Amino acid sequence: MSLDRNEVEIVAHLARLKVSDDQMPATLASLNSILTLVDRMQEIDTSGIEPLANPLDATARLRADEVTETNHRDDYQRIAPSTTDGLYLVPKVIE
Amino acid sequence: MEFKTLKQLSDGLAAGEFSSVELTQHYLARIAADQNTNAYITVTEEQALQAAKAADEARAKGNAGALTGLPIAHKDIFCTQGVRTSCGSKMLDNFIAPYESTVTQKLNDAGTVMLGKANMDEFAMGSSTETSFYGPTRNPWNLDTVPGGSSGGSAAAVAAGLAAAATGTDTGGSIRQPAAFCNLTGLKPTYGRVSRWGMIAFGSSLDCGGPLTRTAEDAALMFNVMAGHDPKDTTSMDVAVDDYTAHLDRPLDGLRIGLPSEYFGDGLHDGIRSAVMAAVKELENQGAVVKEISLPRTELSIPAYYIIAPAEASTNLSRYDGVRYGHRCDDPVDLEDLYKRSRAEGFGDEVQRRILVGTYALSAGYYDAYYRKAQQLRRLIKDDYQRAFADVDVILGPTTPSPAWKLGEKSGDPVAMYLEDIYTLSVNLAGLPGLALPCGQVNGLPVGLQLIGNYFDESRLLNIGHRFQQATDWHTKTPA
Repeated sequence: MSLDRNEVEIVAHLARLKVSDDQMPATLASLNSILTLVDRMQEIDTSGIEPLANPLDATARLRADEVTETNHRDDYQRIAPSTTDGLYLVPKVIE
Repeated sequence: MEFKTLKQLSDGLAAGEFSSVELTQHYLARIAADQNTNAYITVTEEQALQAAKAADEARAKGNAGALTGLPIAHKDIFCTQGVRTSCGSKMLDNFIAPYESTVTQKLNDAGTVMLGKANMDEFAMGSSTETSFYGPTRNPWNLDTVPGGSSGGSAAAVAAGLAAAATGTDTGGSIRQPAAFCNLTGLKPTYGRVSRWGMIAFGSSLDCGGPLTRTAEDAALMFNVMAGHDPKDTTSMDVAVDDYTAHLDRPLDGLRIGLPSEYFGDGLHDGIRSAVMAAVKELENQGAVVKEISLPRTELSIPAYYIIAPAEASTNLSRYDGVRYGHRCDDPVDLEDLYKRSRAEGFGDEVQRRILVGTYALSAGYYDAYYRKAQQLRRLIKDDYQRAFADVDVILGPTTPSPAWKLGEKSGDPVAMYLEDIYTLSVNLAGLPGLALPCGQVNGLPVGLQLIGNYFDESRLLNIGHRFQQATDWHTKTPA
């Protein structure tokens, strides 16, 4: 599998990353060398093999459906770059 | 004093030879004088002296434990309340953690003194600690070479005598490889043995916290505190914890050691092969029985890992969007521009590369060919190990195919860097414990062997490591 510029742009958009025109040749080259490496997986027949998502075949435990968390607003606001009246200030990007 | 073990320093504190404040001042002075390694991102001098004072007071009241008052470094991937926790990234350059990770909390509760936060590859992605936003760390054994990664700052700090021990994390070898490059003992525990809560996530099904120390005995002392179930981490395993110092002296008579033929083939440096085989001989002298085994899917661990880890990383790092954390671009034209430019400016090249690979592997149309395929190979790799453990107690091989390489030598070629992880990746894919130990030198650079154990058998690995270190002196050597 080999990626072209258009495909990298689609993947970069999905990943919400900006790849500049200057960076594109190096990005393309490194991604394609990595894909060449990982394509060695395709040589192995894995039909009928159950995928292993957790090395211990374990699933995440559930806890009791009870509220245990306390309010940390003051702790979090203390280290936020900008706050006012108990709210976080972020750049105005939506008109 | 700076090259003493945790055990020796603990004995010194208990005997009243020095106080924890004096010990901490000693290390802080060494850190301040160090112009070479760039081992630390943040030094927490004031906090360290306060913690040392509290440790001395606890000791005076008769409340000292094995680690009370011992100065250590924490990899900057562990959240430490009120202290910058950058994960080696511009993205988190201004992030002050509002809470304490379970690992660091446990070590704080045991009375250790945090000297600071150690340098690391950005978001733990790298094998050389060259991808850090704060500049590369240098290997104290040869300042022109890398200390390994991603816990290279932790390893360099201990090797250079800038901390008595350190925490690290291992997603694909990031404790064991820097331990090998810096002549340390590094333990990668069984997946789920150490809480991941408050450890900034890279590959959630792979990440493990563990100790980087001078000896297996020190690793056991630290691991006694670090290991254990944590209700706050749903991947933490509720399995009984051993006393890891209790079995260190157990004889090795009859121990069955498997040598995987795939770990000793082409690509392994001759000097490393010789050093590892000399170590095998020493263990045989102590009564171990050696058997050749096969782990046929070893090479496939590289492609499987470099799909699974980036896939998980791309998901974990989606939270860094320029709004909720850290770096935010200037003057965004709209929300999408804010996300894209903040992430492009905040993440370094290697992190962006892995996010792109991971996003691609998880995208519609490619999921089965890459992510699902890699997970199927992961099961085959695990099955290989389980077959091997039917015949042997532990598996032994080199930790790395070559000794530490020169700074910059591989940083322009990600695939060349990935191939250096050949002996460590499969252990993470299978979730097994691994221990790296000093076993020789090549051209003045340290060589590490690797012991791989069955699930939750860290006690056995530490026992073998300790017995080996009782009979050899490689672990006592320090940089010139």
